[in-house]
Amino acid sequence: MSALLSIPFFGSELILVVSFFIAMALDFAFSDKKWVAYFTLAALALAWWFGPPAGASVRLFFGSFVWDPVTHFFKGLIYGTIGLTVIASLAYEQIPGRIRGEFYMLLVALALLLTVMGASVNLLMIFLAIESVSLTSYLLVGFQKFDQRASEAALKYVLFGAVSTALMLFGMSLLFGITGSIELSIIGAHIAKLDAASQTLALIGMLFVLAGIGFKISVVPFHFWAPDVYQGAPTPITAFLTIAPKALGFAVLARVFLTAFPFFMAQWATLFSFLAILTMTIGNVLAVSQHDIKRLLAYSSIAQAGYILVGLAAPSSLGLQAILVYVIAYLFTNLGAFFAVLAIERQLRTNDIGAYNGLAKRNPFLALSLTIFLLSLAGIPPLAGFIGKIFIFASAVKEHAFALAIAIALNSAVAAYYYFKVVKAMYLTPADSAERIENPMPTRIAICITLAGTLAIGIWPTVLIRFAEQALIVFPAF
Amino acid sequence: MGLLSWLVFTPIVGMIVIMLIGRDQHKLIRNLATFTTACELLLVIAVLAKFDLSQTGMQFAERALWIPQLGVYYHLGLDGISLIMLVTTGLLSFLACVASFGIRERVKEYFALYLLLETGMIGTFVSLDLFLFYIFWEVVLVPMYFLIGIWGGPRKEYAAIKFFLYTLAGSMFMLIGILALYFASTPHTFNMLALGQNQFALHFQQMVFLALFLGFAIKVPIWPFHTWLPDAHVEAPTPISVILAAILLKMGTYGFFRISYPILPQAARWFGPAMGILAVIGIIYGGFVAFAQTDFKKMVAYSSVSHMGFVLLGLAVFTLTGFQGALLQMFTHGLITGALFLLVGVLYDRAHIRDLNSFGGLWVKLPVYGGILIFCSLASLGLPGLAGFVSEFMVLLGSFPVYRWMTAAACVGILLAAAYLLYMIQRVLLGSLNPKWAHLKDISAREIFTLVPLMILILLVGVYPKIVLQYIAPTLEALVKSVGGTLA
Repeated sequence: MSALLSIPFFGSELILVVSFFIAMALDFAFSDKKWVAYFTLAALALAWWFGPPAGASVRLFFGSFVWDPVTHFFKGLIYGTIGLTVIASLAYEQIPGRIRGEFYMLLVALALLLTVMGASVNLLMIFLAIESVSLTSYLLVGFQKFDQRASEAALKYVLFGAVSTALMLFGMSLLFGITGSIELSIIGAHIAKLDAASQTLALIGMLFVLAGIGFKISVVPFHFWAPDVYQGAPTPITAFLTIAPKALGFAVLARVFLTAFPFFMAQWATLFSFLAILTMTIGNVLAVSQHDIKRLLAYSSIAQAGYILVGLAAPSSLGLQAILVYVIAYLFTNLGAFFAVLAIERQLRTNDIGAYNGLAKRNPFLALSLTIFLLSLAGIPPLAGFIGKIFIFASAVKEHAFALAIAIALNSAVAAYYYFKVVKAMYLTPADSAERIENPMPTRIAICITLAGTLAIGIWPTVLIRFAEQALIVFPAF
Repeated sequence: MGLLSWLVFTPIVGMIVIMLIGRDQHKLIRNLATFTTACELLLVIAVLAKFDLSQTGMQFAERALWIPQLGVYYHLGLDGISLIMLVTTGLLSFLACVASFGIRERVKEYFALYLLLETGMIGTFVSLDLFLFYIFWEVVLVPMYFLIGIWGGPRKEYAAIKFFLYTLAGSMFMLIGILALYFASTPHTFNMLALGQNQFALHFQQMVFLALFLGFAIKVPIWPFHTWLPDAHVEAPTPISVILAAILLKMGTYGFFRISYPILPQAARWFGPAMGILAVIGIIYGGFVAFAQTDFKKMVAYSSVSHMGFVLLGLAVFTLTGFQGALLQMFTHGLITGALFLLVGVLYDRAHIRDLNSFGGLWVKLPVYGGILIFCSLASLGLPGLAGFVSEFMVLLGSFPVYRWMTAAACVGILLAAAYLLYMIQRVLLGSLNPKWAHLKDISAREIFTLVPLMILILLVGVYPKIVLQYIAPTLEALVKSVGGTLA
């Protein structure tokens, strides 16, 4: 579709571009930056409202992007994550007032860039989208620039990011060299017709592309940045980073590998099986010994990436559905957990698990909701995480990948151990001080929304599963 | 909403109401919780009254589509096997709730979690959809973790997490087994009854049986998966020990009756001898270890390992008598061991110590307590005329024609039971009175109230077991036929 015809399908994105500039102006106009935050929320709502219809499936801008149900699904995920992050960050006072406006502005930009990332179907757009999402993320990670840990995190993120995008670009150039195209579908059609030597070269290109995407989804062995970055970043940004870029990383991974490399499916499925088992095991085992709750949740999020990867390691329609169901369940659960952490960090200025001792007395609501989020992460029914986990389990069992299923089972027990370390501190260990921990309105709202989502998905998963099914109608059943 | 849904959700309603009450209203909270469990007991009695003895299939069935994409139904139903467990759950939950009046700390949280636990247990025993079954099965874990971990003894945190992780690891494998069954059946279904109609290949049955076995065996617990049990029992507060022994352990053997046997009959028969051996090891090992204990509660805990071995032996032999004995043993063990844990708690509340060697001559000071303790101990060691004898005798009778040597070895377990229980009575009640305990008061009216219903039932079942057997016999006959056992 030509550029002019594509415009109507790009309504939300245009609104976000305009909003970005309006936010900039508002930042100058108001000294109280919460108005910028409110505007950001309004802009997201407006952009969602004026988005194209869900059912369509069209290629835009001469085949650079595709607007299809998958894009629509991930757009909802992105807007939801960013909206909730904005709400919760209203309560986060560690960011100096004068740069708060920019904070919200950058989040608007990320909403746009991430949507583009989910919609890209050629190598150039994928590269640009991933790179620009990364750049914006670096800025947000280092936002508390006077904090040494934040600076270290940002720098580490930049270095790791730069190396892995370079690798990815190299892989893409190989693919372009062999197939003469940057369009995923054409690459996919070409590879099958190549001679054996060129196919090997294409396989190498595929591995390099995997390195680039693997960095985004923090899959072992590209995970080393994650704990430090997640610990050093402002808590709302950590919450956001564990969900949206990761989920979109999986979207790109699925699009690239299913469209461009179906020929190598046997190879990459085996590779993903190994990576999935490694990722969940390393993430969980390293999480056990953590004392800082942000680091603990960081390692847990590495492990969760391993679970999600199972959806591609046992490739089937059910596997893809499992990925979508899991990321949405994970969105509510993990965001909620981080918002509770945020509320506690706000008052106690620490993320040490020891600070959670006796939280059940100091704020019963926070303790109960954090417990529910952790139980959901551990996959206990009837909560959202359980529905995600059962889909992941089902996709492995259906393809007879019993090694994967057993790995998930054993990992779940390890994971439950460290999640319950936090629960134990909150309920079993007496408090050091009786002082009440306040839960300000913004985090209270954000936690209530995520809590409702976690419970609703667990008790009534039908709606979510239907969304995932509808999103996947563009992928042929296999 | 049918009767079974009421049974499942009444405790949840009670829990929500309790959560809305102020945390200092201890008396109100206690009364509300007791009221809720009493309502449950009345509902159970209503089910019992309406239960049709002549029918072998599921009664009171309720079925509603829940997750259409996965074919998950909200499917409840009841046969003789479920009914007997439902009665145990209703009765013991009520009595243990009354026994919980001694809880003084964090009363609101305690009773809220207690009621959530009851929902999980009832739900497990009445669900006919594997997905639903699994959810209730897991729902039990979380309140149990807190109930042990907050209100338990000195090593409560260790015991609580050990219980939780052990059971969770087992149930994860159970989940794999459940999903394997789902994908192997045509059409894909979680319905236990429909799965029973499928003919699966033997090799597949064996794999799934093993996966389910891990989940159930840890719960029972079958030797060598029993190591969580002494810790959990010893550290748990008295009423929770009662619930653990009387109901939670039965969830494991119930799983064999309800899922493994009807759906995987060939694998079950194939594994029968192995299960028999594990059962006998459990019976003898549990007996010896119980004999060596100086902690009263730990002794009762290990006696549970021994007595649950009889259930497994009855299950392993594939005869009608064996099955009847096993199921009856699940019921009587719940009554007897529940009562024994209550009695341990009565003594501990007064003396704050459970070391058997430090007591002596208590019968003089606590005559009523002594009488009840002797009654329950005799029931536990299998005195004819009391409930324990009937069930263990039936198990042995059923297993004798099948595995003679195993039966003979199991009889050693009965001998051991007599040894450790009588030795306990000697150390606690007989001998000269330790002057330290001269101030102890005899058992109170509330405590007697929690014990008397159990004692009546123990005597009743011991003298006239037909009152229970008539409920379970038709269902078990059908089960024996479907798994290809002998109707003897």
